[in-house]
Amino acid sequence: MNDKIVLKYDVDSDDFTRAGEASSSVKRKLKLMGVDPDIVRKVAISLYEGEINMVIHSYGGTIEVIISQDKIEMILEDRGPGIKDIELAMRAGYSTAPDNIRSLGFGAGMGLPNIKKNTDDLKIESKVGVGTTLRMIVNIP
Amino acid sequence: MTIKDIKEALGARLICGEELQDREVHAACGSDMMSDVLAFMKDRAVLLTGLCNPQVIRTAEMMDVICIVFVRGKMPDESVIEMAKERGIVLLTSGHRMFSACGILYEKGLRGGAPYR
Repeated sequence: MNDKIVLKYDVDSDDFTRAGEASSSVKRKLKLMGVDPDIVRKVAISLYEGEINMVIHSYGGTIEVIISQDKIEMILEDRGPGIKDIELAMRAGYSTAPDNIRSLGFGAGMGLPNIKKNTDDLKIESKVGVGTTLRMIVNIP
Repeated sequence: MTIKDIKEALGARLICGEELQDREVHAACGSDMMSDVLAFMKDRAVLLTGLCNPQVIRTAEMMDVICIVFVRGKMPDESVIEMAKERGIVLLTSGHRMFSACGILYEKGLRGGAPYR
């Protein structure tokens, strides 16, 4: 695998039937490519957490996954309300998800901390009223 | 412990995945909170839950869950069953409540992993 492989997906806001389709597709592709299962799992968890966040909080956005020999980069860019206080959002247990999201099994305030745990690098840029971009990297040792 | 052993121990009904019943399960997790499942679950495990929506299947897919037991006699709809079939995830439904179902499997030797600190 010398060349980079780039995968792109659109994510719709509030569409819980399709939420996770991008992560599912990426996971299957990485498995087929023979990437180490532990790496696949880290990518799948991080991407799915990010994708669910986009469906819950944003007005929609895009996911770009760049697979190269030594790392997998994931860029999640959304249009939406943005995150007012990133430090607070990173705190385990802090969530602004509404009650209907909790009834789906999400909104425990574990998303961003879980992404941090499963990635080697996480950068969050957010502008209130504009949107949020997550850049995550999982290294392939 | 195989999926078949779990089915028998819980007096559960098989919803789909008959051909996968001999697969070994190494750990279990009981939760209605998918966020927690994503944060704490081990792989190759069985998930016990009372939630029946598509996100349960998606979460299971991400965590390499091989079997889901719906507790309290819950039954997912056709579209959710179809999703599980496509992903090779066995679905069971049991009349036991969450606490009892987990207790029965624990007694049979299944474990959930080390305490979280």
